[in-house]
Amino acid sequence: MQDMHDKTDQARRNFLGKLAAATGVAIAPGVMLHQVAQARSADQPATDKQRWGILINANNCADGCNACVTACEEEYGWGRNSGENEAHSSPSQQAQWIRIVKVTDRQTGYTQRMPVMCQHCETPPCVDVCPTGASMKRADGIVLVDKHICIGCRYCMMACPYKARSFIHENLHNQHVNAPRGKGTVESCTMCVQRVDEGKQPACVEACPDAMLFGDLMDPGSTISKALAKHGGKQIRADLGLNTGVRYQGI
Amino acid sequence: MFVGQLSQKILLIVAGLLLALPLYAGDIPTPDVPKAKAKATEEYGCVRPVADMRKNHMEYLKFHRDETLREGIRTKQDSLKECVNCHVSKTAQGTYPVFGSEKHFCSSCHHYAAVEIDCFQCHRDKPADSANHYQPSQDYQASLTSSPSADATSPVLDASPAGETR
Repeated sequence: MQDMHDKTDQARRNFLGKLAAATGVAIAPGVMLHQVAQARSADQPATDKQRWGILINANNCADGCNACVTACEEEYGWGRNSGENEAHSSPSQQAQWIRIVKVTDRQTGYTQRMPVMCQHCETPPCVDVCPTGASMKRADGIVLVDKHICIGCRYCMMACPYKARSFIHENLHNQHVNAPRGKGTVESCTMCVQRVDEGKQPACVEACPDAMLFGDLMDPGSTISKALAKHGGKQIRADLGLNTGVRYQGI
Repeated sequence: MFVGQLSQKILLIVAGLLLALPLYAGDIPTPDVPKAKAKATEEYGCVRPVADMRKNHMEYLKFHRDETLREGIRTKQDSLKECVNCHVSKTAQGTYPVFGSEKHFCSSCHHYAAVEIDCFQCHRDKPADSANHYQPSQDYQASLTSSPSADATSPVLDASPAGETR
């Protein structure tokens, strides 16, 4: 009886594996935009055996599209999804976890656009400057703010070369359950840490499978590592030597 | 001798007054704490015995918050989200009370005890719209079986003797 169960499970696993391979989206020959993530059990801590990263193909970032930003706003309740919150803050003060950046070459007029968020550096300047230890990097490379001990000094916002962090100026109400956020603390992209811990993809990647790819940079067999090895991926401000977890193609 | 008797009498009067004091304490109001939606057992309450939770809930929450944020451990037993899911229930008007109202589980008692907390400046103070909530009976029983001291009280011990195979 036990044997039969095992066989059924094995058959099911094989079938699901093939199904996953068949439903993947090819972004380039041999590069599949799909990955079966391995979920850790809830009582296990994140380890340095993994380092999560996102690969963004700027060539596929469609003009007029805002899907990644909208997905993030919906997931965490900032920006256009913040309701009554942050009503008194100016647009430059309001939270922005991810934004679309447009760059134009003045000489040729060639325009490119790409989403820019926390780049989840291996050596994050925000962590270096934080006086309380609130700005921190998890073992698996995700850079977070521990708002429990954040004093709102905003040194990290000054230090970040990507302008990825925001400060909350007002009392907030009715926060989303997965986004504890409040006045006097700094916040930024969390690479959807609670989704990643469940084995899911970040909300932006899920919303834009054409241009974004999420995966484990430490696993040479992962889709993102293969894509990076084959086609390369640039860092924004690579000269700073931060070894970012978010990489770009086509910039 | 006379002085000694007098001082004894004074002592008795003072003691009598002290004993009478609690009689006046009867009309001090106690907080009307809203009931949780579910309970593992009457004896143990939800995730731990009631007396333990009343005294130490802040320690459990603080320990768990650091584990969750810094290490990514997302067990549900000491999760603030799951406390809120079960303990904050709708009022007679059919809406969830906000933190600060007497109908909110946390603030009903914290207001009474004059202990200010700032959890809900950032955290959501009402249940999430999710079906995947903590299940007190199952999860709590599982935690009981894993702790050695609770083995005797646990009803889900394996009845078959160890080592017996067919």
